[in-house]
Amino acid sequence: MSRNIQSTTIIENQFARGKVNVAYLTAGDGGIARTLDAALALIAGGVNMLEIGVPFSDPIADGPIIQAAAQRALKAGVTFADILALTAAIKKQYPIPIILFSYLNPILAMIRSGHFAQLTSAGVDGLLVVDGECATNNLLQAALKTTALVPIYVIAESTTPSRIQLINKKAEGFLYYACQRGTTGVRENLPANLIKQMQMLRSQAHCPFVVGFGISTVLQVKTILQYADGVVVGSLFVDAIAKGISLTDLTHLASSLFATETHQEVSHDFIS
Amino acid sequence: MLKQDRYGEFGGCYVPELLVAPLQDLEDAFLEVCANLTFRYTLEILLKNYAGRPTPITDAIRLSRAINGPKIYLKREDLLHTGAHKLNNALGQCLLAKHMGKTRVIAETGAGQHGVATAAACAHLDLDCVVYMGSHDIKRQSPNVTRMTMMGAEVVPVNTGSATLKDAVNAALRDWAHSFADTHYCIGSALGPYPYPQVVAHFQSVIGEECKQQIKPDMVIACVGGGSNAIGIFSAFLDDPRVRLIGVEAGGYGDDLGQHAARLKELRTPGVLHGCYTYVLQDDQGQIAETASIAAGLDYPAIGPQHAQLFLENRAQYFFVRDDEAIAAQQLLAKTEGIIPALESAHALAYLIKIAPTLNEDLVVLVNLSGRGDKDLARDDMKNAGET
Repeated sequence: MSRNIQSTTIIENQFARGKVNVAYLTAGDGGIARTLDAALALIAGGVNMLEIGVPFSDPIADGPIIQAAAQRALKAGVTFADILALTAAIKKQYPIPIILFSYLNPILAMIRSGHFAQLTSAGVDGLLVVDGECATNNLLQAALKTTALVPIYVIAESTTPSRIQLINKKAEGFLYYACQRGTTGVRENLPANLIKQMQMLRSQAHCPFVVGFGISTVLQVKTILQYADGVVVGSLFVDAIAKGISLTDLTHLASSLFATETHQEVSHDFIS
Repeated sequence: MLKQDRYGEFGGCYVPELLVAPLQDLEDAFLEVCANLTFRYTLEILLKNYAGRPTPITDAIRLSRAINGPKIYLKREDLLHTGAHKLNNALGQCLLAKHMGKTRVIAETGAGQHGVATAAACAHLDLDCVVYMGSHDIKRQSPNVTRMTMMGAEVVPVNTGSATLKDAVNAALRDWAHSFADTHYCIGSALGPYPYPQVVAHFQSVIGEECKQQIKPDMVIACVGGGSNAIGIFSAFLDDPRVRLIGVEAGGYGDDLGQHAARLKELRTPGVLHGCYTYVLQDDQGQIAETASIAAGLDYPAIGPQHAQLFLENRAQYFFVRDDEAIAAQQLLAKTEGIIPALESAHALAYLIKIAPTLNEDLVVLVNLSGRGDKDLARDDMKNAGET
C-alpha cells in the first residue's frame, strides 16, 4: 500500500519551498493548550515543520530538559486524545508537516487503543520512533501499512557506512541526522566532524535530510543550513517554554534563529 | 547483524540509532570471546580462584522437616565472593570489556549486589567503575553502597522517576550514549537490548552446568527479577522435560498496578522497555508502571525475554509471593539451617514453603539460593527481624 499522497506531498512540498526549520515540543508540558499556543507562536517565528513529542515515563535518549518536560506532561495527565486534538488544531491553522515523535512503547499502546489509526486524520504526517530501530522494526510494520504515516528514519553520529546505506534504501520523506553522541540537550559546540558528515550525507542520501541534537544558536543553524536541507531545534524551545517564556518572546526566539528571506516567503503563504 | 536476537517474539534490539553501533561491537566481541580459548580459560581461573567456584549444594533437611516437605537442596550462590550469583556475569563482562580495550565500566544496580560484583571485578581487573543506583535503593541497601565505594567504585544516586532499578538503568543508558567509545555498560540481569540477555544468560549458565554434575533434580525453583539467576540454573535443564522449572516473582503487597512486580500475573501486556520486547507492567497509555517489592533486586517492571518465552511455551511456570511471605521464609531458613538468604532468594523459598505439603516427600527439589541476606539486616523495616 503506497503512502497517502497527501502526507508525502506535504513533506516534499515543504522541502521544495526551501530550508525546513523544525521545532520539537513535548505535548502537554504546561497543559495541552500551552503546547498549542507555543506551536503557533513558533510557526509565526519561522518554524515550518513540527515534531510533537509523546511524553514517556522512561525517555532513555533524552537529557534533563526533555526528561523534565515529559514528567510534567505526564503529571498533568496528557492523553492520546489530547495529543490528537493538538495536532488537528495546529493543522487546521497551518498546513505544515507534523511529525509525531515517540518512544516505541506508547506507540504500541496507541495501536491497541485505536488512536494510532486516527493519526492521519488528526493531521499527523510522519512518525519518528526514537527507539524504533526503524530500519528493521517488526512491531510496527503491520500497523504502519494500514495508515498513511510516513516513517522517518534516524541516522546517528555512530551509524556505520553500511548501515547508512541500509537506512537510506528504506528512507521516506526525509532523514533525521542526530549529530551528537549522548542525549538531547543544548550544547555549546557542534561536533568537529559535522561538516564532513553532512557532506557525506549529501552525496549519499536520496531524500532530504535535517540535522538535530543540541542545536541552539543562530551560528549553529546557519552552519548546518549551508549543507543540510533543514535543522531541528528542541531543548532550547522546551526549556524556554518551561521557564514561562511569553508567546511573543517565543516567536522572537524562533525568528532570531530562523529569519531569512525564505522565512518571509513562507509566512506570507500562511497569511494568504 | 541480528542473528539469534530473540526468544520467540521476545527480545530484540529496540534502541535509539546511536546505540546500534556499540551494540553491534559488543555482539562481535562476545561471539569472538566465546570461541577464544584463552578468554575462556582466563575466566575459568577467575571464577575458581577469585570468585570461589564451584559453589556447593546444601542438603536442607531441617527446613524440609519444618515444612513437611520434599528433599530440598540449596545451590549456594550466596557463598560466591561478594555474596550473590552476580559475580559470574560481572567477571565475564568485565573481562570482555578489557578484551575490547575499554577502560571504564558502568553498571546499574537495584539491591546493590550487581553493583558490588562489578566494583569488585573492576578493582581486580583494573578498570574504572561507576554504578548507578536509585536513591530509594541506596537507603534500603546501604551496606552494599559502603562496599562499592570501598572497592573504588563511584556510586551515583538516581533521583528521577521512582528512584529504583529502572531509573538506574535509564541513567546508565544515558551515560553510555555519551561514553561508549571507552566505556562498557555491564548490565546485571538477563534483559536489555540484544545481545545483553544472551550474554548474561551465557555467563550465568555456569550455575546450571555445575548443578548438572552435582544433582538430579525433579524440580528447580528460582526467584525472578530480571531473571539472571533463574536462567542461569534453568539453562542446564531446559532440554529435559522431566525437570519442572518454577520462577517466583515479587508479589509486593497487593494486586493493583504499582503494588507488586509480578509481570506475568493476569493482564500481562508485552511492550518495549530498555531496548527489549517482553512482558512489561504498564498503564493503558504505554507508560511504564512503578513497581513495589521488599526485595530491591526483584523490583523491576519487565521480565527477561527468555523467561517470557519459557512462560509462553509453558516450559517453565511462574508464580508470585508477597513481601511478608518472603520475610517469613528468610526467617525460617535462618532458624532451621543457619543460612540467611537475601530477600530476593527468599521469594523462591517462600513459594516452596507454600506448595511443600502437596509435594511427594521423595521429590528432589533444587532451590537457587541466589544471594545472602546481610544487606537486608540493616534496614529500618528489618531492625526487629531477629525476633519472631
